[in-house]
Amino acid sequence: MTIDAVRSASAVPDESGHFGLFGGRFAPEALMAALDHLAKEFAAAQQAPEFLAELDDLFTNYAGRPSLLTEAKRFSAHAGGARVLLKREDLNHTGSHKVNNVLGQALLTKRMGKTRIIAETGAGQHGVATATAAALLDLECTVYMGEVDIERQALNVARMRMLGAEVIPVRTGSRTLKDACNEAFRDWVASVDHTHYCIGTVMGPDPFPMMVRQFQRVIGVEAREQVLALTGKLPDAVVACVGGGSNAIGIFHAFIPDEGVRLYGFEAAGDGVETGRHAATITAGSVGVIHGMRTYLLQDDEGQTIESHSISAGLDYPGVGPEHSWLHDTGRADYRPITDAEAMDAFALLCRTEGIIPAIESAHALAGALKVGRELGPEATLVVCLSGRGDKDMHTAAEYFGFMEAGQ
Amino acid sequence: MSVQRAYDRAKAENRAALVGYLPAGFPSYEGAVKAAKAMVEGGCDVIEIGLPYTDPLMDGPTIQDAVHQALTGGIRLADVFRTVEAVAATGVPTLVMTYYNPVDRYGVDRFARDLLSAGGAGLITPDLTPEEGGEWLAAADAYDLDKVFLVALSSTDERIEKITNVCRGFVYAASLMGVTGARTVVDTGAAHLVERTRKFTSLPVGLGLGVGNGAQAAEVAQFADGVIVGSAFIRRLLDAPSEAEGLTAVRELAAELAEGVRR
Repeated sequence: MTIDAVRSASAVPDESGHFGLFGGRFAPEALMAALDHLAKEFAAAQQAPEFLAELDDLFTNYAGRPSLLTEAKRFSAHAGGARVLLKREDLNHTGSHKVNNVLGQALLTKRMGKTRIIAETGAGQHGVATATAAALLDLECTVYMGEVDIERQALNVARMRMLGAEVIPVRTGSRTLKDACNEAFRDWVASVDHTHYCIGTVMGPDPFPMMVRQFQRVIGVEAREQVLALTGKLPDAVVACVGGGSNAIGIFHAFIPDEGVRLYGFEAAGDGVETGRHAATITAGSVGVIHGMRTYLLQDDEGQTIESHSISAGLDYPGVGPEHSWLHDTGRADYRPITDAEAMDAFALLCRTEGIIPAIESAHALAGALKVGRELGPEATLVVCLSGRGDKDMHTAAEYFGFMEAGQ
Repeated sequence: MSVQRAYDRAKAENRAALVGYLPAGFPSYEGAVKAAKAMVEGGCDVIEIGLPYTDPLMDGPTIQDAVHQALTGGIRLADVFRTVEAVAATGVPTLVMTYYNPVDRYGVDRFARDLLSAGGAGLITPDLTPEEGGEWLAAADAYDLDKVFLVALSSTDERIEKITNVCRGFVYAASLMGVTGARTVVDTGAAHLVERTRKFTSLPVGLGLGVGNGAQAAEVAQFADGVIVGSAFIRRLLDAPSEAEGLTAVRELAAELAEGVRR
């Protein structure tokens, strides 16, 4: 397939990387040659049987794909009786969907003859996945992570360092994911000759949103087959959490042509959209340019980025992948806010009803599923992307629920 | 009025032009106006006023610090335009260097109009390429403003041609791969980049990123039409024990660089 064929396999993006008025390539000139090179190599890899076979082998024999589709019977009782099916990306090697994208980009890094891979990370899941792939494929690895996130995701920091990655704390701005992205871009501008920037979600300048989607769409392709095999029909709704939005695009994409399937993306509303302390970009943001793309973002009246807030480090980002902005504007997907409190209630509920500890990011999708299930009723079937596991969040959860006693 | 007249004058004097950068609002609104005037007094031929932005992903730690200080101090776009007005009143052509989002948010046409009425010469846009810059290109033409895009060491000839075709005023050559900040050595690829750029345009080519002293300015002036200095000025202000001493240090640095471009 040529690059044009990859693009035309979907309605978007167009040949210049635009999803309607969103996306594009708002990048420094210093990166334009690398972005062109990346787009070409990605397109070539998509038609290279050895690349696809190698990725497929890693998915199956390393990451543990296909991931299960688990029926959550006891949880369903709280979702208006709707049938809730969990797409278990938490069971992947490294504990989240992030590994899908990283394996693809790490193989591409090797293919491009580059020896170093860098990444930004919020919750640390993308950082851990990148450090893992770097260890496996013998690449040098540097991960940028905000100081606030380093504090709340200490376990993942230790995992990355065990895997041999250098973790660089970012102390500028809000000291979270946005600032980690800034630092990673700064590194890349200076190191682009030998370094690939492995962006962790469907954001950034073209071709990243399209490329990351391509590596993540396995989630929805599998889920669609699994739900058809299990129930004999398509689901009524597909539900995911949205920060940058890679797990959501991953599970949505195969269902986009299925007009009867409703798509729901749940954004982090933090303390509540009305408080201004949130990360509900599509719900409460406006259109602008950030990190190389045109998309919805949280900004003031003069275009300065407003810092986001969420209990979930992985959703604590003031922008969103451009394809989500497009799906929102075209009305194909429905984006709604979930507060910290709603997410944490759903987090506890899944633990207690199903014996599954979800990532706090994924708990936003679960909280959304409870609402959608009640709206659609007991006849409905929902596929929910359980994008990651919650081991990394135990400290935050224990504090939130008051399990941490003095001195412990 | 186009900055090209400043380049033309420097050329007539058989030397390179000196271009100084400073963010508006740093170290304060008044402080920035005074520092920019000190840069003019010291010998800068063109001034670039930086528009402070929350996510300056092409800038190194020095400019990040300065911009952070400006934003924390409450700088607004109206203040940026007032800064341009005050600096342009010295008679030195004054550009605004800005990331794209504040322009996009303000309204590209409205931004161009207000920049013109402040006496600004045009924009330098480090995260905008001609491909995504259609709206700005149209507004710049409508308001007779300079359009300064960047070329990089990694730019192909094809891209340099495309970029220089839409520039007006001068072409900004980023002399090394990396973010802003003074370096001890000027990259050897810089001269080659300027040479490659000249194949496609008769516009002046200014070289930025990394120049910090008179000797480096003299070195760059051998092959480029303009020497662009930013972080080194900011460093002087950050390190000065008082505002008065900061202004003196800025004036002295400008004079040293101005002497450098005349060697």
